[in-house]
Amino acid sequence: MATDGTIAIDVRDAVKRYGDFTALKRISLSIRDNEFFTLLGPSGCGKTTLLRMIAGFEDVTEGAIFLFGDEIETLPPHKRPINTVFQDYALFPHMTVIDNVGFGLEMRGKSKSDARKRAGEVLEMVQLSQFANRKPAQLSGGQQQRVALARALAPQPKVLLLDEPLSALDLKLRKAMQIELKHLQRDTGITFIFVTHDQEEALTMSDRIAVMSSGELQQLGDARDIYERPRNMFVADFIGDTNLLSVTVNRVEGQSATCRLASGHQIACDAVEGIAPGAYVHMSIRPERLYLSEPGDGYLSGTVLENIFVGTDITTIVEISPDLRLTVRTSNSDRGAQGIFAPGTAVAVHLEQGAGRLLAD
Amino acid sequence: MAGGGTAGGGPRTDTYAPVRLWLLLPAWVSLTILVLAPVSMMLVYSFLTKEFRGGVIWEFSLSAYDQFFCNRGLFGDEPCSIEWTYLLIFWRSIWQAGAATLLSLAIGFPTAYFIATRPARQRALWVFLITIPYWVNLLIRTVSMKFLLRDQGPLNDALLGLGILSEPLSIVNTNLAVQLGLFYSYLPFMVLPIYAAVERYNFSLSEAAADLYAPRWVILRRIVIPAVKPGIVAGCILVFVPSLGSFLAPDLLGGAKTFMIGSLIEEQFKGNAGNWPFGAAASMILLTMVLILLLIFARQQARAGNG
Repeated sequence: MATDGTIAIDVRDAVKRYGDFTALKRISLSIRDNEFFTLLGPSGCGKTTLLRMIAGFEDVTEGAIFLFGDEIETLPPHKRPINTVFQDYALFPHMTVIDNVGFGLEMRGKSKSDARKRAGEVLEMVQLSQFANRKPAQLSGGQQQRVALARALAPQPKVLLLDEPLSALDLKLRKAMQIELKHLQRDTGITFIFVTHDQEEALTMSDRIAVMSSGELQQLGDARDIYERPRNMFVADFIGDTNLLSVTVNRVEGQSATCRLASGHQIACDAVEGIAPGAYVHMSIRPERLYLSEPGDGYLSGTVLENIFVGTDITTIVEISPDLRLTVRTSNSDRGAQGIFAPGTAVAVHLEQGAGRLLAD
Repeated sequence: MAGGGTAGGGPRTDTYAPVRLWLLLPAWVSLTILVLAPVSMMLVYSFLTKEFRGGVIWEFSLSAYDQFFCNRGLFGDEPCSIEWTYLLIFWRSIWQAGAATLLSLAIGFPTAYFIATRPARQRALWVFLITIPYWVNLLIRTVSMKFLLRDQGPLNDALLGLGILSEPLSIVNTNLAVQLGLFYSYLPFMVLPIYAAVERYNFSLSEAAADLYAPRWVILRRIVIPAVKPGIVAGCILVFVPSLGSFLAPDLLGGAKTFMIGSLIEEQFKGNAGNWPFGAAASMILLTMVLILLLIFARQQARAGNG
């Protein structure tokens, strides 16, 4: 990431209402130049609405959007130097691949031959040169996806918007495209704004992630921030797998705190600003930060209910008390050292240092 | 591969062969009775000799076609030179029908686009509204059109009242009146196929084009129209073909100078002054023209499909 602090897109107090329904509730965020930025959230969270407002397909009910300092929210889409990769690709069916890619260049006043030349170069970049004269219908889904990408990149936009572009691809192709997109972003130096509901995709690709839900920004930060220091229940639950426990804060001492589970167990955790002793809050513990051992010396003791093999990991569900079950994830490579505890076995559950994270709401 | 090769290749017996013939029977019967028989009858009649009080004498003759294409002088004894009378009527018909088609397209396309871009629940209502006038008999609609267009009619009253005109515009008995009549008669045939095409159109293509710096009219010309072209072509054919053979609008709204092929044919079969073989011959020529038109369309569609 080669940011020099320049802001590419600045969304200020943006509100979007459709009649009585508010799709976006006053969102402000700044997207840096040359950044791979992801809007992440479940469907209906407003991420696509925000993207479409930046592209110009939706008007802004209140607030403003700036592109490198210029206010753009009142400009029609064809006057914004921003291009979009659409979820359904939206390739022009009656035009050849090269004419699709050259369309934007032609519209920006390039001659037909110049547009074709540049389109050819971009097609080369996405390794589709041999399909230049085909129609979109003659290409596979993955190839169409690349054409859509090439078409949006060809006019060298200041910002590229990607609306769940990988959702129609199968898993293997999607993984390959994730890496390719990331490289493409780095090589072109164009700011990418990527919309997805797939948290793993977001964590893999993004410099920074904005987690959204019900029209609100829940948390903004890099992948580690979001995963390891979720700000609230929604983020902790939406990003990755987690154990959510209700706890009462016992004691706060500087950076660390002690909490009590409903079952009476005591757990050490990180303190969070604004949470005082006596507060009844939620705590998030990632399954991979818990580990199991023979019973007797742990903080928590329980019984193994089930082992689930998920390829790289084994997920073990441990019952601590009738109303508290913990999910523990063990890497498959650790199996030899640690052993698998068969269902019905009594085990002790340990927390890594700082694994318990108290959530603000 | 030995032994296992019979499943995929080789001729397979058609399980439905015995039933298929019976299931197709209704289609064959209706095609024969409604299409093949009348057209054959007309073809045969066009090669017969006319009876003076209408009807035919069963005697082979080329005189109907001769009358259409050949001018043999006042007494019919000169060598064949081109007869312009009927070709001119044909040409006028094409021109009138073409103008009516363009008018329908100019009004019909925006109408269809408007309907197709309404919320899904409203579209059915709009389509319904478009078709309401067509529950009324064509003759009555055409007479009403004459009433609307006449010198002291509501249209002229309105234009005069608004001060747009200083004296009434004479529309009735002109080509324009006929074109307006044809346009009004067949407008839904333009609107409905275009509506169907626009409804299927993927509007994210328009967004993609706007995103790629295309202003609105460029989007319309380069993206929307090519995508809905089959609907436009179908609409044009559905308006042009019946307009070409129409006789109500030209008879009621036009004058002597707006005589069209439909009226010519109609006259040949009306009362006992007609000439049946000549009417049949003119019909066959019209039919041939329409067929050629449809073939061009079909080939164009096939090419677009292969694209």
